[in-house]
Amino acid sequence: MPRLDGSATAPLTPLSATARRIVTLFVVHAILITGAVFILLPFVWMLVTSIKSPAEIFAVDFSLWPKHFSAVQNYGFALGKFPLLRFALNGAVVCAGILVVQVLVAVPCAYALAKLRFPGRGTLLALVLLGLCIPIQVPALPLYMGLARLGLLNTYFAIMMPFFLSVFAIFLFRQFFKSYPDEIIQAARLDGMSEFEIVWRIVVPSAWPAIAAFSVFSLVAHWNDLYWPLIVISDTKLATPPLGMMFFADAETGSNYGALTAAATVLTAPLVIAFLIARRRFIEGITMTGIK
Amino acid sequence: MTSAVASPIDVPLAPVRRNRQRMIERLAGCGFAFPAFLLLLLTNLVPLAVLLYLSFTDYELGALKTNFLGLANFQKAFVDPVFRRSLYNTFVYVAIVLPGAVGLGLLIAVLLHRRKRTRSFYEIVYFLPVTSTLIAMATVWQYILHPRLGPVNGVLRALGFDAIPFLSEPAYVLPTLAAIGIWQLVGFNMVLFLAGLSAIPRELYEAAEIDGCRSGIDRFLTITWPLLGPTTMFVIVTTSITAFKVFDTVAVMTRGGPMGSSEVLLYDIYLEGYQYFHMGYAAALTLVFLAFVLLFSILQTFVLERRVHY
Amino acid sequence: MASVTLESVSKSFGNVRVLSDIDFHVADGEFLTLVGASGCGKSTLIRIIAGLEPQSAGSVRIDGRPVDHLRAHERHVAMVFQSYALYPHMRVFGNIALPLVMTRLNLFERLPLLGLLSPRRRRVMAGIASEVDAVARQLQIDALLDRRPSQLSGGQRQRVALGRAMVRQPAVFLMDEPLSNLDAKLRVHMRTELAELHARLGTTFIYVTHDQVEAMTMSDRVAMMDGGSILQLGAPSELYARPASVRVAQFIGTPAINLFPARTGPSGAVELFGAELPIRIARAPGHALTIGIRPQAIMAAPAGTSRPGCQVLHGRLRRSENLGAEHILHVDLAPPASGSLVCTTAGDPGTLGADSRGVALLFAPASCHVFDEQGERIDDAKKMEAAGAGEPLMRTS
Repeated sequence: MPRLDGSATAPLTPLSATARRIVTLFVVHAILITGAVFILLPFVWMLVTSIKSPAEIFAVDFSLWPKHFSAVQNYGFALGKFPLLRFALNGAVVCAGILVVQVLVAVPCAYALAKLRFPGRGTLLALVLLGLCIPIQVPALPLYMGLARLGLLNTYFAIMMPFFLSVFAIFLFRQFFKSYPDEIIQAARLDGMSEFEIVWRIVVPSAWPAIAAFSVFSLVAHWNDLYWPLIVISDTKLATPPLGMMFFADAETGSNYGALTAAATVLTAPLVIAFLIARRRFIEGITMTGIK
Repeated sequence: MTSAVASPIDVPLAPVRRNRQRMIERLAGCGFAFPAFLLLLLTNLVPLAVLLYLSFTDYELGALKTNFLGLANFQKAFVDPVFRRSLYNTFVYVAIVLPGAVGLGLLIAVLLHRRKRTRSFYEIVYFLPVTSTLIAMATVWQYILHPRLGPVNGVLRALGFDAIPFLSEPAYVLPTLAAIGIWQLVGFNMVLFLAGLSAIPRELYEAAEIDGCRSGIDRFLTITWPLLGPTTMFVIVTTSITAFKVFDTVAVMTRGGPMGSSEVLLYDIYLEGYQYFHMGYAAALTLVFLAFVLLFSILQTFVLERRVHY
Repeated sequence: MASVTLESVSKSFGNVRVLSDIDFHVADGEFLTLVGASGCGKSTLIRIIAGLEPQSAGSVRIDGRPVDHLRAHERHVAMVFQSYALYPHMRVFGNIALPLVMTRLNLFERLPLLGLLSPRRRRVMAGIASEVDAVARQLQIDALLDRRPSQLSGGQRQRVALGRAMVRQPAVFLMDEPLSNLDAKLRVHMRTELAELHARLGTTFIYVTHDQVEAMTMSDRVAMMDGGSILQLGAPSELYARPASVRVAQFIGTPAINLFPARTGPSGAVELFGAELPIRIARAPGHALTIGIRPQAIMAAPAGTSRPGCQVLHGRLRRSENLGAEHILHVDLAPPASGSLVCTTAGDPGTLGADSRGVALLFAPASCHVFDEQGERIDDAKKMEAAGAGEPLMRTS
């Protein structure tokens, strides 16, 4: 049996062990901070520029902190020239509308797929899984044509409609419902509850974490969606935040960076603030997409 | 359990039978699934069918006459230099974003995993871009990378280098857009990897330590990387699909320029379908796009799935 | 093979003191068990010995050399975890071979694809393969080398974990409750196997468990722990026959020992339930004591039975548990005694205690364990035994 003196390296002294730890810690944080700088750069620059005066923005030698504060002008200009708050409102309306319908449609369907036996169940499940692979950009073209023919372009409905069905929600909720104990449902049936009541009164409250996490996921995705609103909306009064930003940037090409960054701040702020408040839910929502 | 159950709803008083319960289940099932099914039909299946049909025609929005072209649209796409370029650009973009976003996400997650006090802070910071509105941030990036006004070039000039025209030089455009794409995705991947890392039991690392895993690299190669398999696979699939769907930054920052060097697949489809209104051709291109997306999902899921679960 | 010495080892997590001043020495080749209830600190202690956890104070020496600043893999110890900690992505062969691969191949040779380019690697791997085969055959898992851990049963996984430990030929084997995850029958079987393994290898074993049966049957010496300290360290027979404290007496032995409050009488003898026992101890009168009597030392007999040299208590039979070879009787004591006790009887007690007269419970004063008011054992030298009381108690059968 080998003895301890068979080891090739001398045992670590306490000093070298600590030194090792310090060096490792230093390197780790150096990397993390470098990355953090890269990540935060646009945010910081955005905020700082939005309160700078045009003279400073266009000055050749740049400095981080503004010497003259033009916050009021920049934000005033941005808010005045373009209905930024209107864009945010549109975003809120659209996202809320989409989310409500998504949940209303997905919950019963997921429950049915998880717990009930009915004809066509297998096919429906297969179609749901297929739908997971089809991004919105694919059916966009025919949907656009259909909406155009019906004269429904430039309406809230047009923006929300393709998203009313979220196959992802169905899939996610189904996973959740599948693990819900059958005995409770059977007891509820014995008590005389209808299937409808069972779904909404008993099963849904227990799935609340999944619904909350999905809500976060849906809100973020649709607040930031550009492709579809770009296709169906040309009226600035109905623009969602990304579209609004695009209109704004178009109108202000190359000139008023102060106002541009002010607008960007206003439009990005709601989600970022919501994230800072409800961080757990956000991260849960994202992680849930990973649990297939 | 289902045999002697009293029927809850408006069933006439008849001898209770198992069939009643079954009947109710089926009705409820169909009823619950119906709205979803209807929407599925309307928003996915019918459009797919329409796309298929359109791709065989030369329909243009508002046209009076439509001709059946067979596979001509697809043949045209195959030789169309614009389409081929957009496909190429998209692949280059994905080729840069995929290792960047996955690798960086993994690196940050591994570094963050052991931290206790600073972890929350870094998590928040790295995740911010995921929640931010990409269009707004893209506009800011445009300004940051501006040859004359932007801080990046300002720093380069201060160091004695020439300013780099990030967005106006064809050779630099795609890597720049890719960098912004990585910027947006790192936080997302980091969160997924962190979840995967916390699923690895600590005892495995301890057993490995006793068995002779000396350094971080040893630990990573022996335990972390193999056991992250499923997570890595998922991250690769989602990142590549997300990267493949690049559109926002192109639409806002470069519009496909300069000289088409940043025109990507979705942007090409957008132009064809909604600016030039070549519906038939756009439909064909959309189907090609779909084929690639499906390919990414299926290929990676099935090829890696087998090697990755224990 | 190596000895292990702990000197004044303490450990705190923040403000919580988990281990206090642990001192002991494990001789080369000895099988020592650390036993105690959950939370007593035994797992923390073994992790400190392994090098997975640094101690807050004190030192650990393996084979006479301090290892406090050595990392786990430099201490030449092997550890079997409660959950086995097998690498799920490697086959059994890979799991057992890993320690050897880690030590004998350098980083480059270990790389997944590039490593195959090294010529030395093939030779080293061949050597490793033969060693793994030898260990696998010893543990009778050589047929399983190609399987993944998820395809193995609990007992098989345990053997793989053992194999992984054995193949390193360590100086010390550390085992953290390795049998807890097995079902009862398998546990009994593995107990024997582990004991035989120890005999065969002759390596020092340090074993952690909460099961006192394992501790008693497998060890050369047992260290009983509670609240971060060692209550008693000694051979199993010593812990059973001469427990150093009430807590040790309660933990070792099934069914648990019967404990009664008592005190020193006016003449210096021990007074139990008003009656004087022929045991004299050097304590002032009125001193509070606890008397412990093992169930096996109490004989149940029909009411009214008496025997020279034995003390008698009376009670009513509340319940009888039939274990086949013996019965466990739960008896409620009658005045002047109070409380209840448990005693065992070989074979069927028959109609004992079925009538209203109750049962008589006889025990020899020599079988009484006397503990002072702190629960510490009062040294036998202080006990004075009446004549004839030293005979073993005979049972009716």
